[in-house]
Amino acid sequence: MATSSERSPPPFPDSEDQDVLDAEEVRGRDSDEDEDLFGSTSTSPVTEMDTTPTSDVSMKPPSDIMNDPLIEPMSSQTGNKPASEPSDDFFDLTNNVSVVAAAATKSDDFVDILGSETGAQRGEVVKADVTVEATIDRSEVTAGVIDPLSQQEAKQTSTAPVIDLSGDSQPVTSKIADPLVALFSDAPPAAEAKKPSSANVDLFDDEEGSDIFAEPLQTKPAKQPQKSLFGEPDEDVFGEPLGAISKKPVPKELKEKSVTTKVTAGGPLQDSKPADIFSQAAASTPSVTSTVNPKTNGVHSEEDGDIFAAEATVELSLDSPRNERKKEATAKPSAPAPTSLPAAASLAKPQPPALEELEEEEEEEEEDKFDIFVSVKDPEKIGDGMNAYMAYKVSTQTTLPMFRNKTFTVRRRFSDFLGLYEKLSEKHGPNGFIVPPPPEKSLLGMTKVKVGKEDSSSTDFVERRRGALERYLQRVVNHPSLLQDPDVREFLEREELPRAVSTQALSGAGFLKMINKATDAVSKMTIKMNESDVWFEEKLQEVESADQQFRKLHALVESLVVHRKELSLNTASFAKSAAMLGSAEDNTALSRALSQLAEVEDKMEQLHQEQAASDTFTFAEMIADYIRLLGAVRGSFDHRMKAWQRWQDAQSMLQKKRETEAKLLWANKPDKLQLAKEEIAEWEAKVTQYERDFERVSATVRKEVIRFEREKTKNCKRQVITYLECLLQSQQQLIKYWEAFLPEAKAIA
Amino acid sequence: MSTEEVKETASVLSVHDDSIKVTEVLKEGDTLTFIIVSQKLSGTGEYHVDRTYEDFEWLQQHLFSQGDVPGIQGVIFPPLPAKPQVNASPRSIKQLGFLALGECQPYCKALETFLQQVAAHSILSKNKAVEVFLTSSDPPGRQKVKKNIFNRLSQAVEEMRKEGHKDVDEFFQNERDHNLILTGCTKTAAEKFLDVVATEQKIAVACGHFSTALHLCVEPGEDPDKQAFSRVCVKLSEVFESIKKNMTSVAENNVNTLGLGLDLESRYQEAEREMLFRRTCKLVELENAQRNVEKAKPVKKAAMEEVKKAAETEFEHTSGVAKQEIARFQGARVEMLQQALVGWCEKQLLTAKESADQFNQHLEVFRGMA
Repeated sequence: MATSSERSPPPFPDSEDQDVLDAEEVRGRDSDEDEDLFGSTSTSPVTEMDTTPTSDVSMKPPSDIMNDPLIEPMSSQTGNKPASEPSDDFFDLTNNVSVVAAAATKSDDFVDILGSETGAQRGEVVKADVTVEATIDRSEVTAGVIDPLSQQEAKQTSTAPVIDLSGDSQPVTSKIADPLVALFSDAPPAAEAKKPSSANVDLFDDEEGSDIFAEPLQTKPAKQPQKSLFGEPDEDVFGEPLGAISKKPVPKELKEKSVTTKVTAGGPLQDSKPADIFSQAAASTPSVTSTVNPKTNGVHSEEDGDIFAAEATVELSLDSPRNERKKEATAKPSAPAPTSLPAAASLAKPQPPALEELEEEEEEEEEDKFDIFVSVKDPEKIGDGMNAYMAYKVSTQTTLPMFRNKTFTVRRRFSDFLGLYEKLSEKHGPNGFIVPPPPEKSLLGMTKVKVGKEDSSSTDFVERRRGALERYLQRVVNHPSLLQDPDVREFLEREELPRAVSTQALSGAGFLKMINKATDAVSKMTIKMNESDVWFEEKLQEVESADQQFRKLHALVESLVVHRKELSLNTASFAKSAAMLGSAEDNTALSRALSQLAEVEDKMEQLHQEQAASDTFTFAEMIADYIRLLGAVRGSFDHRMKAWQRWQDAQSMLQKKRETEAKLLWANKPDKLQLAKEEIAEWEAKVTQYERDFERVSATVRKEVIRFEREKTKNCKRQVITYLECLLQSQQQLIKYWEAFLPEAKAIA
Repeated sequence: MSTEEVKETASVLSVHDDSIKVTEVLKEGDTLTFIIVSQKLSGTGEYHVDRTYEDFEWLQQHLFSQGDVPGIQGVIFPPLPAKPQVNASPRSIKQLGFLALGECQPYCKALETFLQQVAAHSILSKNKAVEVFLTSSDPPGRQKVKKNIFNRLSQAVEEMRKEGHKDVDEFFQNERDHNLILTGCTKTAAEKFLDVVATEQKIAVACGHFSTALHLCVEPGEDPDKQAFSRVCVKLSEVFESIKKNMTSVAENNVNTLGLGLDLESRYQEAEREMLFRRTCKLVELENAQRNVEKAKPVKKAAMEEVKKAAETEFEHTSGVAKQEIARFQGARVEMLQQALVGWCEKQLLTAKESADQFNQHLEVFRGMA
């Protein structure tokens, strides 16, 4: 049970925790994608942390928490070289720490932890430690967790490490606190600790903003990645101080690193002193990162590893899954509460997929090929009259471990597809993601189908829609972030889907209207928006013109298709009249030739028909897809604009508040002044957050648009090749027909 | 009779019948002038004459109205295509069928075939008008031509009554029945084929538009992603240009071979039908005369007998010529259709091969682009 649950995704428990988890996970991953894979790795632990502490107060959860973070790092390390150098450095540091903390009783524990890591069985050891500190942990953990939660949107990724650290550090820190404080006066003094969220956010933003991800070069950018890598830990670190007020030395090293990062960013909460002190660490980091770079997961794990001075060996990593399992096993029996079961399950399940997927994601990001293939087949009319609807078989073939089986098939009706889109666009749209839109509802087409006319137009309609749905799903699962969405998984896997109710709003013209409205809004806002980024301005214009061009192309292709179909019809009727002429002909040779001609023309009719279908499905439908997608692209611009708007609004609000403060100051009303100050602080926080939101959305939109364009080119090329192959084939077929007919014609004389 | 023959041989055509070409068409206002070139039988010279459609009509009228040639009614007159219109109305286009397509080439080709058929015809070529038409530098008849009994319009009225008349000769009865069916079938086939060609032309145009529109998708800029997309667009535009060319030449092939063949066949069937109808008219005439002889009072008997005799002779002449003409026509049309089919097939094969080659090249380019 434990193993299975580990491998496979959660069985969609109804518990809300689960949802929250998933959502977070998803979001975290979305935002990271290429960049903050570390973040995502860390996310899963985070979520676990959140849930477990809250759900059960028993000792075990903490242990799980400890284990997971530890194990993850280890396992991820396997992929990478065991960062021996960095670890050494860390060792030193840790040693220092222990020396400092020698007086403290907990130092032993800490050492133990380290030891356990180096050894394979740290799982148990850790558990022991944890249990000892469990009570403390929990309180702290929850404290730390809550903060992150509040900021979740801004940052879920970093939270995980935070927790880990907090878990480890808290016991240590509480005892070592004094020495630490003495040494690193800065850490505790960080009065800003109150706003851990902001700190985290900063860090995270910096990371995102940094070009690290843009150019994932190994050696050079290594520095930046470092930052980012360490940035997270830093955040965690900060999270801890906030929660615990006391500090571990290790975290501080991290801080230094983060400091370096932040220096560039300009919003470092920390002083440069620690950096000096731990200049060593800084030196060590580059090396770490260089090795780590290729795999972000690895990066993350290394840090942890470093922190724990673990010389991650292959053995360890191999063991780690087992440990995890053990933990789960222990966790379950231990947790008597009914909630604990699902919680444990959810803990275990999301995690492994998360890790593995991330890796895959990364690799695949380059090739943009996912080991998942979705097909929509066998459209079937269900029911009669106006209540009839079309159901499709959705078959998935994949080797992705996030799915329970390699192949599975479910039955979905059209509104389910729309429902999926709605869920996805609601969740991911505001973050700037381009959510592939499904084909819109067609009242006319569907009515024909409902009426049950089996004419060519209704079969054509059904086939077109089937193709469109298939391409839509393909686009969804090929999107690295959307694939991770639990709703997508549910859509593909779950036998029975709750009926999507609200798709009516999306139907037909309504859907188009929605897109148009979005576009209008965008264009209106563009006028208002003093676009700071030329790139977006240009892109938006490009998208607009591309949209127009695609519409034009679509009309042209559609007319081409109409002509092709006409040609096929005309050829058929010519074939018929040729056959009649042949039968009326007295001259036997000529009669024979004419009948042959009729046959050739019949075959050609077939060819023309196929050509028409090829035109339709390779070009017309592809272009229709892109018109829809361009709508989605504009939607993402729209969301960016909204984020901007929100930021601007907050700014003007802040301005107002400041003015009020000034007035109050002038009027000398100290009682109200305090309130005004608080408000200003609140709005300042909001402004920074909204600004970051905006920047984050901007970054995502930019990335998504680039991805979209790349995909577009690739897809077009692929389609053209298919089309040409088809064209060539039909031409060769034609040659065969003519070659067969020529002797017949010559034989007439 | 013998004098007539001497006279006929005297005016033998001085040009090679198969050298007659309609080389050019000049447009002056609403009138089209065709340049007709033919090679002299004697030596190496060439005749160049310019003729309007009215001149062609004049020629045909002269051919129709050769009262002195026995059995002229039995001749299947080579059909003259309908009058071309400079600013063609949809109706006249429909009437012209294939000949309205393209830049007059099909029409010139049809006129050329008409002249060649006339010049090659054993009876018709002897007419002075043909020689005049082909060689005289002066336009022969620009005056208004009177429509005679061969006018199709007047014929249509009579047709109703006489077409169904039972024939005395089984051969002709069969031929008439057969002709009736074939005329219908050929006409339909030609029309359908014309539809096919028209659609092919539409496709060619649509491909052209698509190709042009694709060029507009090209985005300037240094961005490699953009450039890649632009490249795809440009290449795809070229592909559609090829498809357009392919379609255009397929349509052209259709027109120039089978299209013209079916058109000619259809008009010839019509001409045969007219000939058969004229013969039927003679038959009716003869039968009437016979009945009159039987019913006639003794006083008028002789006169009636005379009339009957004349009708009989004319009918026999007509039938004799008609039989020859039909035999000749059957051979000629099979050959003509065969040529059309073979030519069609060969040309389409060539086009298909060329296109396949081009598509293959395009495909290679696209595959290489990745």
